[in-house]
Amino acid sequence: MAGLQLAFKKYNVRLGIWGSPFIGFRNFIKFFNSYQFVRVVGNTLKISIYSLIAGFPIPIIFALILNSVRAERFKKTMQTVTYMPHFISVVVLVGIVVQIINPRVGLLSTVYSALNNGRYPPDLLANPGVFPHLYVWSGIWQTFGWNSIIYTAALASVSLDLHEAAQIDGASRFQRMIHVDLPAIMPTAIIMLIMRCGHIMSVGFEKVFLMQNDLNLSTSELISTYVYKVGLSSSGSMDFSYSTAIGLFNSIINLILIIIVNSISKRVSETSLW
Amino acid sequence: MTKTEEKTFINKNNLSISSKGSKKVKSPIEDRIYYTVIYTLLIFILLIVLYPLVYIVSASFSSPEAVTSGKVVLFPVSPSLAGYKAVFKYKDVFIGYRNTFFYTIVGTAVNVAMTLMTAYPLSRKTLPGKGFFTFLFTFTMLFSGGMIPNYMLMKQLHLLNTPWVMIIPGAIGVTNLIITRTFMQSNIPQDLLEAAQIDGCSDFKYFFSVVLPLSQANIAVITLYYAVGHWNSYFNAFLFLSNKRLFPLQLFLRDILLLSQIDSNSVANQDTLVAVHGLADLLKYSLIVVATVPILCLYPFVQRYFVKGVMIGSLKG
Repeated sequence: MAGLQLAFKKYNVRLGIWGSPFIGFRNFIKFFNSYQFVRVVGNTLKISIYSLIAGFPIPIIFALILNSVRAERFKKTMQTVTYMPHFISVVVLVGIVVQIINPRVGLLSTVYSALNNGRYPPDLLANPGVFPHLYVWSGIWQTFGWNSIIYTAALASVSLDLHEAAQIDGASRFQRMIHVDLPAIMPTAIIMLIMRCGHIMSVGFEKVFLMQNDLNLSTSELISTYVYKVGLSSSGSMDFSYSTAIGLFNSIINLILIIIVNSISKRVSETSLW
Repeated sequence: MTKTEEKTFINKNNLSISSKGSKKVKSPIEDRIYYTVIYTLLIFILLIVLYPLVYIVSASFSSPEAVTSGKVVLFPVSPSLAGYKAVFKYKDVFIGYRNTFFYTIVGTAVNVAMTLMTAYPLSRKTLPGKGFFTFLFTFTMLFSGGMIPNYMLMKQLHLLNTPWVMIIPGAIGVTNLIITRTFMQSNIPQDLLEAAQIDGCSDFKYFFSVVLPLSQANIAVITLYYAVGHWNSYFNAFLFLSNKRLFPLQLFLRDILLLSQIDSNSVANQDTLVAVHGLADLLKYSLIVVATVPILCLYPFVQRYFVKGVMIGSLKG
């Protein structure tokens, strides 16, 4: 972590980390003023908030409806199948996405050309407008089953008496889901939501980097990929200290978010990370 | 899922079934609509999740022509093993497989051993400076130096381009550490320790003959998490390795699947090179299957521990 001082220095290979001259906040100012700043931070926030809004309720809904299934075997099958994509690696996931939307041989092209007299569909990965949707929905496809486990576990502890009482009062299964099951998992859901909010500025680097290409860069360039490009990529300028400064800026915002969110969580639910 | 939880599940189902069977409370029309809707929805979800997987597997077993002309829709078209033959003739895949197996097995062993050794003292109430150590660990979870300082650190430790860079830096996953610590705190009764101490049991003996056997469920879960992590990781390798002989499978996958780079040096002879290029699309499907199946084999063994593991980790963490 001593390397963090790089953020405040002008790195010089010959002088090393400790010997390089101190330049204060100049790296940070350079980043705030650069034309990339708005784009990179904006893209990060957009993708992150989009995946939060789209991805958060789905596991909850899924757990709720799965919980009301009566056929035990069907339920087990659903669980086994929906947990499976979680074990697929990012590389393979992106590989699957690329293969399926491949304009020449993919599934999409088969369907598209059948509907449009044999014409090939446009290349979706080259379209910056489509990138967030592809990113978010492929993520949801991969993780909603896995993320629902925690709600399933919480639902398993719902007292039977409540269901019985509600049934005697004439509540339908749907009403019981809304008035019995949902309140029972609300605390869990709130904690999960708070923890997700703490990570709003950090979008996993790995998947974005794999899905990125020069054509969709205008929506797919995020803080983390930008840090990599500026700092380590051979095509970049190898500006170590500038890149470190951007990374540090991101880390600090994350840390602040987590601290804020944790203190809110402490008050709301008496649950906290530390 | 524990047995009691399973029982609750079953009871809940019995409840609704019995109420349906009894004459006083009829299953109202609302309920029937509700069940129709959710079953339709669930089957729809099932199809959405399964279809891409089935499609990939089917495509990988089809003939190259069928894949290139996009004829595969659900089942393999003119089944052949051409794709798999091409995969196994491809030298990079072997190197990748070997390295990934090495990283996964050694890495997971190191991970699990280190995590257990760290978690146990942290789970004991009497450890001096416990809060401080816990803080140190969780702090690294929340805040890290970032990509460049990490890179410089690896460089100065002379770990760049060695297999150890894949194993040592992530030797303890903090989330798994917390899961394990909490598991030990809540599932191993304090009385057991006192009883063992009265009988003159040393700490080491207690750890090996009491704590470890009692933590089986937890060990299964973290082993799975670590193994999946190692198997699927490409990013550390991507940053820290430049020697191709050390690359894990996922990096080769990235080259082939996403960059469509097929290395002519790693194909045995010119004929197979031509063949491989003709098979490029088919090869990708087969590769996806070959790279994913081994880790999915772990899945049935640990499936029953999932709910437990996730519960401990996220609620009490």
